[in-house]
Amino acid sequence: MTTKKFMYLNRRSSFGTVYAIESLEVVLIAAAFEQDVSLAFIDDGVYQIVEGQNADGIGMKNFSKTFHALGDYEINKLYVSAESLEQRGLSSNDLMPLVYEDEDDDWAEKPSVKVVSNAQLSKIMSEQDVCLSF
Amino acid sequence: MKISIQINEGPYQHQASDTAYQFAKAAIEKGHEIFRVFFYHDGVNNASRFTLPPQDDRNIVNQWAELGIKNADGEPELVVCIAAALRRGMLDESEASKNGIDGNNIHPAFRISGLGQLIEAGIQSDRLVVFGD
Repeated sequence: MTTKKFMYLNRRSSFGTVYAIESLEVVLIAAAFEQDVSLAFIDDGVYQIVEGQNADGIGMKNFSKTFHALGDYEINKLYVSAESLEQRGLSSNDLMPLVYEDEDDDWAEKPSVKVVSNAQLSKIMSEQDVCLSF
Repeated sequence: MKISIQINEGPYQHQASDTAYQFAKAAIEKGHEIFRVFFYHDGVNNASRFTLPPQDDRNIVNQWAELGIKNADGEPELVVCIAAALRRGMLDESEASKNGIDGNNIHPAFRISGLGQLIEAGIQSDRLVVFGD
């Protein structure tokens, strides 16, 4: 099968709209297609991977734990906009410690999340074949 | 060029489906191929055969149906995401009977399928164009 570079661009917070959870559903399905997958989190999308989310009080499913499974599907390129974090008073310390096991390095556990500038992210986006925006 | 389209918003509320339709129509007229149109999020509501706009307004669902986007086997390539459709009360005959529900509302020019169809469209097409917010 052809391998293409797919990027999933997450721009909205976890629960206000359906986009975040339905984006994650696409990512999990896409894992079966053995494509080169990356995720980007910009604007309010950075809230999707903030540590310690709790949806108990709003009667919705807290799907943020699912992000921990992405490493097992070899989805380990999660880019987060530094500017979007800063604008919201957040830093990389507020994000979930998402990791993957690097099979080329004796299955060493490595961080999946990379905080990058918007300029770097723009360059990464321009290298993609398919960019799905949610 | 082989083009696929993703539509993320419902009809009438948002311009996404209208703009995507105009784009698809223009692309076909220019000799391009629309490989697949994939309806996701509230976009699944574009497939309701019960859509009845006032007479002086466009019928977005019928417009899509009239484009007749099909594959070589004659199956519709207007594809509605099954998970997004079922949670919004959009059912075809098979899903209705499977779930014991006494009606179905998917227009026959559309078909229900899984998210894999979206990924496959991204792989197979020269361009995947997303319409939505």
